[in-house]
Amino acid sequence: MPTVTYVDFEGQSTQLNLAEGMTLMQGAVMNGVEGIEGECSGSCACATCHCYVDDAWLAKIPEMSENEEEMLEDTASERKANSRLSCQIKATADLDGIVIHMPEEQE
Amino acid sequence: MSGVVIVGGGHAGYQCADSLRRAGYEGEVTIVDGEGHLPYQRPPLSKSHLLANAGEDALLFRTQSYFDDHKISLQLGRRVVHIDRDAKTIELDDGQALSYEQLVVTTGAKLRKLDVPGADLNGVGYIKSLDDIRYIQDHLPDVENIVIIGGGFIALEFASTAVKLGKNVTVLVRGKRILANAVTPELSQYMLDIHHQHGVDVRFSAEVDHISSDAECNAEAVRLKDGSLLPAQLVLAGIGVEADTELAVTAKLLCHDGVIVDAQCRTNDPDIFAAGDSARYNNPFVGEEIRLESVQNAVDQAKVIAQVISGQEAEYNHVPWFWSDQYDIKMQMVGIHNGYTHFYQRGEQAEDKFSLFFFRDDKLIAIHSINRPADHMAGRKLITAGVSPSQEQIEDAGFKLTSLLKK
Repeated sequence: MPTVTYVDFEGQSTQLNLAEGMTLMQGAVMNGVEGIEGECSGSCACATCHCYVDDAWLAKIPEMSENEEEMLEDTASERKANSRLSCQIKATADLDGIVIHMPEEQE
Repeated sequence: MSGVVIVGGGHAGYQCADSLRRAGYEGEVTIVDGEGHLPYQRPPLSKSHLLANAGEDALLFRTQSYFDDHKISLQLGRRVVHIDRDAKTIELDDGQALSYEQLVVTTGAKLRKLDVPGADLNGVGYIKSLDDIRYIQDHLPDVENIVIIGGGFIALEFASTAVKLGKNVTVLVRGKRILANAVTPELSQYMLDIHHQHGVDVRFSAEVDHISSDAECNAEAVRLKDGSLLPAQLVLAGIGVEADTELAVTAKLLCHDGVIVDAQCRTNDPDIFAAGDSARYNNPFVGEEIRLESVQNAVDQAKVIAQVISGQEAEYNHVPWFWSDQYDIKMQMVGIHNGYTHFYQRGEQAEDKFSLFFFRDDKLIAIHSINRPADHMAGRKLITAGVSPSQEQIEDAGFKLTSLLKK
């Protein structure tokens, strides 16, 4: 089971082992990790699961869709070069150990 | 000490419990739900769930241990049969009584059932609950032809799912167009074209006469009133829902197609709140009482209730938004377009990327987007702030709409 580290805005980190195929948003929400909302159940329709992917992992995650690209244009917190929607990133063996940072606010 | 009892574990019920704990509420929190599953998310049921193969756990809001850790008590598979407002207790179907300081009614909506001969045959189902989807899943392997009755979002989302699963799909619509209650004729036509492109047979003015079966009582075909016969081993009805207000009505809470609530989501009993599909409220954007069947409405109302119970100031005045996924089309709607006087288009239909901006006189009241999530996101902010872009700004796809918002 891939391990994912979620780092909140205050720098607190939580490590979770996610079932393969589960999205990083689902993992966070189901386990009560604060800072990721996921209001639309992972449909890439609400942008409340915005995260910053740790630079070391940026090249390893799949490219974003046009929809995700557009959703990121108006997130509640500042969009950065490493901004992604965590509902569009699945936990896989390739991403074992990935670190994502949560923004200050989601809505 | 008795605390908050929440009747219903859907989006509103779950959210209310979660938000109470996030707000630091320390009293008891109990969710009572009749379905017998850990609270789960419904939107994927008609959309991605059967395609994603991620399993049912992926539908859960939270794991069991989250509820344990946060001392949220779950009474699953239990129905509430009675509310005693004087004693401030509810009675469960096993006779158990629970007392409450505040009661939150999130009973949601109940299915409109098919009322035709053959509606109880094996292979006739609905698209609302996890159990409905399990039923469909059990049948799918032996099914070649699916008839879906209904022309709303749920019916059409499932049509798209069924096509992706390789089935022959016919959609029966009673009226003259699909999504008639949700979008304008232009968008209905656009979405109809999309369904046609994917090979769906959409029949209008279609009235079901009966569903016929083989010797073992398995659905075999749908006979329409005009005589046509459509083979179907699976017949699914997505013909809408009604607010489930039975409990509230019996408890003499003010109801009128929904439990009537104020801006704090309070009913006419100050200790009883209601949220979600079963609640009717005065929407400031529309200027009248409405009842919404949407995730946004359920979630935001539930958050307001949690804040109010926790002693914070809160008011439900959020701009409504909705979404639907069909094939590779993402429809997003913000605001309520009813009563619009005119609209402008941004983007190109031919590229399957456009938004319709609806105005009432010179005020932007709603935006319906096809594969243009940025318009939708900007629209949520614009409508909330009461900012209306000009026709030129809308039609100039290079113009950044959020630049109209004050920093």
